[in-house]
Amino acid sequence: MSQAPALLLEESPWNRGRVGMACLIFGESTFFCVFVVAYLFYIGKSATGPQPGDVLEFPWLATACLLSSSLSAGLAVSALARSQAVRASLMLAITVGLGSAFIAATAVEWSGLIYGHGLTLGTNLFGTTFYSLVGFHAAHVILGLLMLSLVLALTLAGRVSAEHTERVEMVTWYWHFVDAVWIVVLTTVYVVGV
Amino acid sequence: MREGVTSHPGNEGHGRGRAVIALLLGSWIGPASVHAQGPVPSILDPVAQPAQAVLDYGLLLVLVCAVIFVLVMGALVVTVIRFRARAGDGEREPPQVYGSDQLELAWTVAPVLVVIVLGLITAGRIVALQKSEAPAGSLAIRVTGHQWWWELEYPEYGFTTANELHLPVGRVAFLELESQDVIHSFWLPQLSGKTDLIPNRRNTMWIEPHQVGMVVGQCAEYCGTQHANMLLRVFIHEEAEFERWARDQQKEARTLPGTEAGRAIFANTACVNCHTVRGVSEIGRFGPDLTHLMSRTTLAAGAASNDRANLIDWIGNPDHFKPGARMPAMKLDSAQVAQVADYLASLE
Amino acid sequence: MSASLRTDGAREISSPERSGSVLHAWVTTVDHKKLGILYIAAGLLFFVIGGIEAIMMRAQLAQAANTLLEPQEFNRLFTMHGTTMVFLVGMPIVTGFGNYLIPLMIGARDMAFPRLNAWGFWMFLFGGLVLYMSYFASMGLYGAGTAPDVGWFAYSPLAGKAFSRGNATDYWILGILISGFGSISGAINMLTTTLTMRCPGMTMNRLPLFVWMMLVVSFLMLLALPVLTGAQVMLLFDRFLGAHFFDTQAGGDAVLWQHFFWFFGHPEVYILMIPGFAYASEIIPVFSRKVIFGYSFMVAATLAIGLVAVGVWAHHMFTVGMGQGLNIWFAVITMLVGVPTGIKLFNWIATMYGGRIQLRMPMVFCIAFLGQFLIAGLTGILLSGAPLNWQLSDSYFVVAHFHYVLIGGLVFTVFAACYYWFPKMTGRMLSEKIGRWHFWLFFIGFHLTFTTMHVQGVLGMPRRIYTYPAERGWEVWNAISSTGAILQGLGVACFFVAVIVAFRRPAQAGPDPWNAWTLEWSTSSPPPAYNFLSLPEVRSRRPLWDLKHPDDPDWEHE
Repeated sequence: MSQAPALLLEESPWNRGRVGMACLIFGESTFFCVFVVAYLFYIGKSATGPQPGDVLEFPWLATACLLSSSLSAGLAVSALARSQAVRASLMLAITVGLGSAFIAATAVEWSGLIYGHGLTLGTNLFGTTFYSLVGFHAAHVILGLLMLSLVLALTLAGRVSAEHTERVEMVTWYWHFVDAVWIVVLTTVYVVGV
Repeated sequence: MREGVTSHPGNEGHGRGRAVIALLLGSWIGPASVHAQGPVPSILDPVAQPAQAVLDYGLLLVLVCAVIFVLVMGALVVTVIRFRARAGDGEREPPQVYGSDQLELAWTVAPVLVVIVLGLITAGRIVALQKSEAPAGSLAIRVTGHQWWWELEYPEYGFTTANELHLPVGRVAFLELESQDVIHSFWLPQLSGKTDLIPNRRNTMWIEPHQVGMVVGQCAEYCGTQHANMLLRVFIHEEAEFERWARDQQKEARTLPGTEAGRAIFANTACVNCHTVRGVSEIGRFGPDLTHLMSRTTLAAGAASNDRANLIDWIGNPDHFKPGARMPAMKLDSAQVAQVADYLASLE
Repeated sequence: MSASLRTDGAREISSPERSGSVLHAWVTTVDHKKLGILYIAAGLLFFVIGGIEAIMMRAQLAQAANTLLEPQEFNRLFTMHGTTMVFLVGMPIVTGFGNYLIPLMIGARDMAFPRLNAWGFWMFLFGGLVLYMSYFASMGLYGAGTAPDVGWFAYSPLAGKAFSRGNATDYWILGILISGFGSISGAINMLTTTLTMRCPGMTMNRLPLFVWMMLVVSFLMLLALPVLTGAQVMLLFDRFLGAHFFDTQAGGDAVLWQHFFWFFGHPEVYILMIPGFAYASEIIPVFSRKVIFGYSFMVAATLAIGLVAVGVWAHHMFTVGMGQGLNIWFAVITMLVGVPTGIKLFNWIATMYGGRIQLRMPMVFCIAFLGQFLIAGLTGILLSGAPLNWQLSDSYFVVAHFHYVLIGGLVFTVFAACYYWFPKMTGRMLSEKIGRWHFWLFFIGFHLTFTTMHVQGVLGMPRRIYTYPAERGWEVWNAISSTGAILQGLGVACFFVAVIVAFRRPAQAGPDPWNAWTLEWSTSSPPPAYNFLSLPEVRSRRPLWDLKHPDDPDWEHE
């Protein structure tokens, strides 16, 4: 009998970490889809104000922070792969900083909406769909920040080296996903919705 | 007007079958119910369009499915019988057949063709039967679903009734369906398929009865505690009879001598917060319009027949017929209940 | 029989242990086999509970105007029955067999994420317990009701705060939400395991059909369950935070919930049904002694069903007043589901054709499944015709239809799977003699109950009514239905008797009692913790066939 060709699956780029993370991202995407659909469905259906056009401003700063943080996260991974621990830490720190800036910007926006315009989850359909969609995204950003901060702390402690590149890369996959969701949320809420 | 629809083919044989099965299942079936027989809301016994058209379409589908059933079930049974293992088979495995592209193609294409044909027929039927605009000359009726009764308004005639719909034969009735609270579904199997009543939404359906008589139906979407007792009756009249009924309904309520006491209790308690009796109080909207209560055959959306004794029971304790009903017990003493019942029983 | 099987892979050392440490081992296990058995056992436990609920409902409906149950009690029963059977019986049993068998069938040592696997099981179980906690704990501030009574579909606005006071509905939301997290993690695990953990030689083209079908199921779970989770979160926001997603008094839309629910709910039907196909696709060839007919077409048909499954949801909504265009779309696409499903049915029959059909218990259940699923499919075609659906939807005809799918299809194949893989899981055979009793009682009971329900539906009996007037002409049929329910209960009792009897007998099933062909039969019964000491060479879809028939191996034909 001839030898069957052995499949070296562990060396395929689609190992279980990547496939697992891809699956998680897929599931999360369908979760976000529901909230996006609800938002789109209820555009213009609020019986009372405030309406999105009256109170929303395009979040340039927050968007710039979040999108550029994907870049620094990617640079952190490639630095780690080349065993440049200091550079990796720096890039991770920048990523965490930019992500935190995004959350801060969201906090400022929300406090303006709540105290300035009196818009809460229960005010009208806009409030209901806006806070739940943007809020769930922000919650994912915070989760990503916690994971990135953990990686940063471990890197600073010298516990992360080149052999852990892939695990760190999975965290950045999640971060890129959160970033991609923001583009969808941004389009839905601040472009289509106003 | 209480006779069932005149044609009920097979009801007698059905009854005999019931008796036999009842004998077999004696432990389950109470003796009284064996004899009870009213109009059966069977979709096989349509007395109106579109129910008739739906039945014809349905029977076509059933025919196609029956042919498929006979073919496939036949193949399955023959295969199991013919190829079951027998004692003398020995250890050798049967010949291994890995597949056949021709066969796969055949049993892919054939069903696709069937689906195309059925799909075209279905599309045609949907276009023909689903109407969102009222046809010219149709009778407008506005149906509002409540937990757990039907508000039926005849806007052209300017009156509102409940739970019992009256329709003229041979004329299209165009129904607008809305809901005050949760989702309900309006279903009269002998007249038409069901359409949901949904808050914030206007649905429509049409009925063209072609036979005089009475048919029954009920709410078909689960709507809470008393979903089961949200029954409907439809009386189909000749045109002249219908007009006479409608003119009677348009009149304001009269007060017969001897019922003033009951009327006073009705008018001075919380009854009027929910119930309208035109000529007495017209603010109540949460409960059925009682102006011509006694022109209806049932109480509490079909939970009981409408007579003085049941009225007394119902007013005194609504939970008796309909546990969980929205109507509260009014805490009247029995004399007051009797007086109110006397008054209501006079609203013909 | 040419080659003898290697049965090495020493049995787990079973020293006499204290019951405490046995319990500890089961609670802390991350072994896919133990978790699989836990899933199935918990599912069967909930199956008994859901069955008792069904029998109570049938007792109430056996007579017209019966007063055995209060309306609220009845409404709670059908809510709990539906929720239990879908989320706490169907899902865990399906996941359980997937958990147990996928690694064994692809020659892996465990699932991709063993700890996540354990987490998923406990999430499911505690989700189920949260749901049932409602019976004891949900009196809430208003004291309004105990268990949820809004139906397993929880249509808004009935499930909103205005019409569902107290906390019963919140228990429904949270219980299903929590067990949903478990199912999502299970789906991620099964997908990842199948895609990345296959043994050498086990290409996708050689995967057992079971694994292929569970792959599609996992994908559908991942697609559909987060939609339900999202919708339930919205409902929770409505009920607790004053949001208005489905609040019709503030402009919210009642139909949006239905779209979300059925976008989950219809794929859910396939999540429950495709595993039934998976069991049948393994069992029918073995007991026909023939290779599966048209392997690639079976895979393609499964993928097609998975694809179409996400585009048919609104056929549950033909009566909400969608436009003509949508009604036509959903009617025709739904009819299309019949094509790949038909392909499967034909391939199973073609597999049996020309074989030597051994009427052992797994096969008997599978044959009944084929006939019943044919009926379910055909009544499905009837229901997909929108105009006829306007009559039949929400009537007992629909109840008959989906019980033909879920009992006639799923439960029968689950029993087949139990008889088939029980020897692998325990090393013990289930009694064929008790099995016959189980089969015939359950089979006759099933048909008494559900064949008659078609008639009730045609006679205009709506679903979810706790009572009906005597003069409607439904009573005889309901009495027959109720009688059947008792027979089904007795049948299921026989199954548990068979399980108990099996454990009182010595474990002598051996590694391969059915003379089967997939990898799980190459290791001992039950398999050791590490599954395989060594694997046979995988060069075809039936590695053990190749081993037993070196003169005519499969890989020469594929």
